[in-house]
Amino acid sequence: MANEVVDHGRRRFLTATTAVVGGIGIVSAAVPFIKSWEPSARAKAAGAPVTQSLKKIETGQQLIIGWRSLPVFIVNRTPSQLKVLPAQDVRLVDPHSLVDQQPKYAQNGTRSIKPEWLVMIGICTHLGCVPDYKGEIKPEPFDPNWQGGYYCPCHHSRYDMAGRVYQGVPAPKNMEIPPYHFVDDMTVQVGVNPQEAG
Amino acid sequence: MANVFTNIGEWVNERAPGMMPMYRKHMTEYYAPKNFNLWYYFGSLAMLVLVNQIVTGIFLTMNYNPSAAGAFDSVQYIMRDVEWGWLIRYMHSTGASLFFVVVFLHMFRGLMYGSYKKPRELVWLLGMLIFLALMAEAFMGYVLPWGNMSFWGAKVIISLFGTIPYIGNTLVEWIMGDFLPGDATLNRFFALHVIALPLVLLLLVVLHLAALHEVGSNNPDGVEIKKGPKGNRWDALKPADGIPFHPYYTVKDIVGVGFFLLIAAFIIFFAPSLGGWFLEHDNAIRANNLVTPAEIKPVWYFTPFYAIVRMVPSFLGTAVWGVLAMFGAIAVLFVVPWIDRGKVKSIRYRGTGYKVALGVFVLAFFGLGAVGAGITAEVIPEWFGNVDLTTWENLFGRLMTLLYFGFFVFLWAYTYFGWEKTKPVPDRVTTHD
Repeated sequence: MANEVVDHGRRRFLTATTAVVGGIGIVSAAVPFIKSWEPSARAKAAGAPVTQSLKKIETGQQLIIGWRSLPVFIVNRTPSQLKVLPAQDVRLVDPHSLVDQQPKYAQNGTRSIKPEWLVMIGICTHLGCVPDYKGEIKPEPFDPNWQGGYYCPCHHSRYDMAGRVYQGVPAPKNMEIPPYHFVDDMTVQVGVNPQEAG
Repeated sequence: MANVFTNIGEWVNERAPGMMPMYRKHMTEYYAPKNFNLWYYFGSLAMLVLVNQIVTGIFLTMNYNPSAAGAFDSVQYIMRDVEWGWLIRYMHSTGASLFFVVVFLHMFRGLMYGSYKKPRELVWLLGMLIFLALMAEAFMGYVLPWGNMSFWGAKVIISLFGTIPYIGNTLVEWIMGDFLPGDATLNRFFALHVIALPLVLLLLVVLHLAALHEVGSNNPDGVEIKKGPKGNRWDALKPADGIPFHPYYTVKDIVGVGFFLLIAAFIIFFAPSLGGWFLEHDNAIRANNLVTPAEIKPVWYFTPFYAIVRMVPSFLGTAVWGVLAMFGAIAVLFVVPWIDRGKVKSIRYRGTGYKVALGVFVLAFFGLGAVGAGITAEVIPEWFGNVDLTTWENLFGRLMTLLYFGFFVFLWAYTYFGWEKTKPVPDRVTTHD
């Protein structure tokens, strides 16, 4: 089988096509392994809405509930906490909530349906820690002029009492407001928009 | 008896004649410079710790349960009920921290004596890959006990990828296999920690040593013994300033191993958590996805890099900059051989500017570590009273970040523009006969 003349073009073509077919094979074989890392059907299914009574939350108190394994803050804001909110605007990154971090019905000065009730996903928009509730208006070690809000223990990001992020901290966005609605005056359901509630 | 061994040796040699030459090439006929000092212990110590991690790790897997429901309890079970389980776990956890101690010192040695310079760039690159794999290995190992720090450490580190625009959130869910770190996350980290990454690490170590033995070891004088005079007691053609790795340096390394094990044993038996530095107190609390620990900080070896994330503010609506800076802090080390244009290797003969800059770099590294570990958050109010902590901590941390990166900028300018005034380098190592 000794060929007198080597057909280099043919040899190059065969090498290239073999390499391409082999490459496609490797990439295709990698797909199931990569896809196996995605959230499983079980993980996706565990995301039902959560209903919470507000009766026992005193003024100024925060309750943390779990929704889709995320911590949801429910705060009964005091009148003084609400009063200082507009004054924060100049120190905030996004005072008017222009970035899409809330449903339309919460895109207002208090970022809520009812002014006093703050319902918010308590996850820092920097790297996902749960910020501490520092609701009292008093000097704090991290800010002598503290007007009440949230302080993230991980990278020291700060938010006001509507979850709006202050300037000069690592977090880029306001904390997220989940879809929610009031079932009645003293009951809130997280995970369902008002117009979807039936 | 001697006959039996000789016979077995001959039997093997007949069938695999390449094996003895390989042994000789890497051990008895690998000629290393005769002037190694204390700094040359840390490579072999890193190998020792790697073996310790593998052996203790194998025994830990025998009783560990990689599930969100069972992990925390199984670690307590190892600590309390398994015979000698506490020792095996403390050897593993102490080994992890000491791994970074010896690797940091080993890397500093490389910077100090110019071991990354031509012809050893590949040795340095492979070493940096080992460092990267080691950081991934350490992080995933840290998640396995599923304490509250494990959980939140995992959350924060995985969220680093979430700052990448557009694909970030999908990528985070893909890594976690859930919307929060959970069973899926823990199981895959376990698989990577005990199988995938150790294999990668071992392969890289073999390549690191193979690349080193091609070019030969550097030394505190930074001179090439291969270019010096030839002829030593063992071989007329080999470098005069080289001695066989085995038995000379194996014996020397045993002395280092003795001292190292003394320190390691002290920590394992008397201070296994080292005051919260090697094992964090908050990790003795079960993982809780609704409560972040009040003082969240990584284990000490990640603190300088963690501080850099914290010190870079977000702008243009994204937090990706801090993450880029942190990865940049590691990436820049990869390219040191090309940043440093100086021809003189060892700090002994380099300009004063280099000595000062390297010192400042070390201080910046410790300074960042102090910020990342929360030391500055404690001492600033203590020393300066009621000042704005955030402002002062940011000022200090950002200065340290600038100095860290400034070292590389300075190193490039200092050598590229020929500002460095070096001393004459001797022709051969200074401690020859």
